[in-house]
Amino acid sequence: MNWKMFAAAAAAVVTFGAGDALAGRDLDQIRARGNLLCGVQGPSNPGFGVPDAQGRWSGFNVEICRAIAITIFGDPNRVQFVPVTTQSRFPALSAGEVDVLSNNTTWTLTRDSNVNRFNFPAITFYDGQAIMVPRRLNVTSARQLNGATVCVQPGTTTELNISDFFRANNLRFTPVVIADLDEIRRAYDSGRCDVFTNDFAALAAQRTLLTRPADHVILPERLSKEPLAVTIRQGDEELTNIVAWTTFALIDAEEMGITQANVEQIAGSSTNPVVRRLLGVEGNMGESINAARPDFARQIIRTFGNYGEIFERHLGVNTPLGLERGMNNIWTRGGLLYAPPAR
Amino acid sequence: MSSTTTAIMPPSRGIIPLPGGTTARGLLIQAGLLAAVIALGWWFWSNAQANMARQGLQFGYGFLDRSAGIPIGESIIPYTPADTYRKALTVGLLNTLRIAIVGIALCTVLGILLGLARLSTNPLLRGLTGGYIEVIRNTPLVLQLVFWHAVILQLPSVRQALNPVPGFFLSQRGVKMPALIADPALYVLLGTLAAGALGWWLLLRRERARQVATGERRSTLAPGLGMLLGLPALGMLAGYVPTVEWPELAGFNFEGGLTLSPEFFALLIGLVVYTSAFIAEIVRAGIQSVHKGQWEAARALGLPPGRIMRLVILPQALRVIIPPLTSQYLNLTKNSSLAVVIGYPDLVSVANTSINQTGQAIEVISIFMAVYLAISLVTSALMNWYNSRVALKER
Amino acid sequence: MSATTLTPSAPVQAAPRGPSFAERATGFLKACFDGPLNTAITLGCLAVLWFAVPPFWAWAVTNATWNGNAQACREAGGACWAFVREKFWFSIFGLYPFEERWRPATMITILVAMVIASTIRRFWTKWLFLAWAIAAPVMWMLMQGGILGLPYVQTRQWGGLTITGVIAVFGLALGYPLAILLALGRRSELTLVRWFCTAIIECVRGVPLISLLFMAAIMLPLFMPQGVTIDRLVRVLVAYTLFTAAYMAEVVRGGLQAMPKGQYEAADSIGLSYWQKMRLIILPQALTITIPAQVNTFIGLFKDTTLVVVIGVFDFFTTLRAALGDPNWLGFPTEAYLFAAFVYFVLCFAMSRYSQNLEKTLRPESR
Repeated sequence: MNWKMFAAAAAAVVTFGAGDALAGRDLDQIRARGNLLCGVQGPSNPGFGVPDAQGRWSGFNVEICRAIAITIFGDPNRVQFVPVTTQSRFPALSAGEVDVLSNNTTWTLTRDSNVNRFNFPAITFYDGQAIMVPRRLNVTSARQLNGATVCVQPGTTTELNISDFFRANNLRFTPVVIADLDEIRRAYDSGRCDVFTNDFAALAAQRTLLTRPADHVILPERLSKEPLAVTIRQGDEELTNIVAWTTFALIDAEEMGITQANVEQIAGSSTNPVVRRLLGVEGNMGESINAARPDFARQIIRTFGNYGEIFERHLGVNTPLGLERGMNNIWTRGGLLYAPPAR
Repeated sequence: MSSTTTAIMPPSRGIIPLPGGTTARGLLIQAGLLAAVIALGWWFWSNAQANMARQGLQFGYGFLDRSAGIPIGESIIPYTPADTYRKALTVGLLNTLRIAIVGIALCTVLGILLGLARLSTNPLLRGLTGGYIEVIRNTPLVLQLVFWHAVILQLPSVRQALNPVPGFFLSQRGVKMPALIADPALYVLLGTLAAGALGWWLLLRRERARQVATGERRSTLAPGLGMLLGLPALGMLAGYVPTVEWPELAGFNFEGGLTLSPEFFALLIGLVVYTSAFIAEIVRAGIQSVHKGQWEAARALGLPPGRIMRLVILPQALRVIIPPLTSQYLNLTKNSSLAVVIGYPDLVSVANTSINQTGQAIEVISIFMAVYLAISLVTSALMNWYNSRVALKER
Repeated sequence: MSATTLTPSAPVQAAPRGPSFAERATGFLKACFDGPLNTAITLGCLAVLWFAVPPFWAWAVTNATWNGNAQACREAGGACWAFVREKFWFSIFGLYPFEERWRPATMITILVAMVIASTIRRFWTKWLFLAWAIAAPVMWMLMQGGILGLPYVQTRQWGGLTITGVIAVFGLALGYPLAILLALGRRSELTLVRWFCTAIIECVRGVPLISLLFMAAIMLPLFMPQGVTIDRLVRVLVAYTLFTAAYMAEVVRGGLQAMPKGQYEAADSIGLSYWQKMRLIILPQALTITIPAQVNTFIGLFKDTTLVVVIGVFDFFTTLRAALGDPNWLGFPTEAYLFAAFVYFVLCFAMSRYSQNLEKTLRPESR
């Protein structure tokens, strides 16, 4: 047995990480490795990240990661997708098994604090806990759910929120608590529960997998605020900037009306300095955030389109998920998407 | 856990000496081991404390008295999310014990029946049972549990619940049945039942002593049954009639009465079916281990077949059966922790949620490991005691 | 219950070159229909078969769909084996990168070859141990890569039957030596060593495997210094190895105790040291006579690899269940479960038959 191989094996299974990251350390590692390790919800999350039979991933969260790869490498294919579960995502990120989490993780104080040492450069999706019921129950508000049986995933804030909601409204409920999301969806689908609760987007995704998706409605109440953001480790300002400005570029492009179809034409003809800076026609935006090329935003939009286009392609009303833009619309159209200007 | 093994434990044969025994070298080895264990333990402990401190946690069981906030679907004792973690874990433990006790009773019965069917002279029955046992034994329990859960969820919905017997409703929400309200009348009923059973047992003992002394056999069925049913009847005549709560469909679900959830049933069926297949093989091997001459001798004495089984074969077979049967009982209890896969709130499943909510991983895991060890030790002790009784009757 | 239905040691197999077919057939019929009770049992069995087999056959074969998509399956109304076909390779390799699938395929090939070699008695020498000791790290490095120009694939991307094999084989390969040490330690004269080994064996056997898996997944990282992390699959293997070792140790201990005392005394009398005695005299015999029990234990341990689902490792069964979530193929859980059950059954049944055959061939020699 070759001792070098042994040492390599040992080093691979036990990782010794330094306590605190130095500025740019993570980014240097990613560059040296030649690809970005992107944690996505496994085994699959319809609309957000789904592997095909060859293991190729597609979805909203997947394209966010590919866009980040464009910013870092100028190449959307230099990403390796790593499936993580709700319970394993944070250990995986802390341990360096992934560089970024793009898996519907909620930005909260504890996660952002010095305790857990994570960083949330930009919000990619505004969500909130919601309740789904079969249409035939004729329920229009969560307050009519006294005595209902509720399917809920354990060990998350979801479980505590629903319990608090029923207590606060003086209602009783019977919980059915199953850890596996697929199993709990099957339980709800078969009628084991009257109610299925989860984050709104996740519920919409799960609804597409029900036997008759159209027979189920998601009630208007939101039990919590869930801003979903790409998550990285604390301490790498350069990676923070890259993730943040990749997201902002997508949002700004939509606000300015730059789409996959017209990006080249606008880059060639626009006289608006903000647009010209965003698309790398003038200024040094790419250089200032350490992107692989000055026109990274142009390349991203050419490849995937702006935020709205990505949203509509994977989550929008014409997809099985059928989500309205709602809060996830540009601020000028009544949504919450409001990105800093590229100046 | 769900292993097919029955530990091989022949009688201890004395210990093989290591070089040196208690000599200097032996002492050195032991001292080295002790030092290594202590050092490793201390290293783990100091790391754990540092890690917990970084996460703002402190080692201790104080969190047990905090309000848990976690909802639990079914409980023998009253429980609300406002109760403490201590109460939540107790609910989990009681649920584990409930499934283990019911499961052990049922799998013993089913296992014996299957074991006897496996020995039948009827080739068709023998073949069918054999095939069934092989299939069950050679597929993973997790798979079977998921399967049974799916089967039970195919039952009709609450509104179309099957109602085979008045007061009993069978649907995908489980079984609803009438419940007895805990009032003085119920305690009178339970007390008189217990007194009746005790009376029958005393009678049985006296008759057995009589049979040994005189050789005469008298049936205890009529007076025994009279006591068992008569005493509660007297209690009811005296006005202590327990109140029955009937389940009624109200709103989303049935209200009142007693509920046995589909998760409970799926887990129970899964565990019983799986374990009884192993018990069947143990029973078969046990009965086959009794020499053929015993049958012939008993038959020559003119004993009827039922009594040959009960008085001659079984006592001898039990000596072979009890030790592996004990491991199967323990396996069933440990396997009940797979409840977490289908969402039955047993100890491990409540503990897992508690870890996620409190972060007190070491404390919670230490609690449920200690509980399982205790259950294992108590079961082993009980079965060893029974085994020694069986063994004493030998000759 | 009549005595005849309980006659012990019913001859299950016909004797070689026994009665003619006609005689056997009449014997069979007679056994089925002698007496009213037996006839009732026979009729009951036939009824069970009548109600179970034809509908199942119609579903699984006559109306089944072998090719095509989910729509074709729903129209045919029978079993959708096309779903299993579609997801077959996914259930073997999981989410392992597509271009690199030759690596798990090669690993499985090596694994199968090693297992087959290990079943042949001629190869039961110390060289087999050595072969495993070399093959195991080679298989791991092949899967993980990062050397010899193979791209690095982290263990989180391993899945399917591959990871089931990895867990079972590495659990056994690492747990077996540990089991021998524990078994020897439990019979040691040194009190502390004996207590220590007994405590480990009994504690591990006294708790469910999933509690060990939780411990490895959640507690082990807490025990490491800051900045040191252990790969998740390695943590699973730690728990599984410990579990394997404790159960195997009891089997090995049975073998050690079954050794006649004379073997120990003879070894002592020719002046062998403790380790020489164990390595050359006792262990080869004790391990050989317990091989059937070891195989039986391993069957149980192999089925238990499915428990890794509780900590989110995608083994064969979990991968298949994950495939059920494919929006294009909704609603075929029965097919997936039957396929999984079939695969586990074939593997476990083969092992148990092998162990029964061994038991027969080993018996005359070891007594």
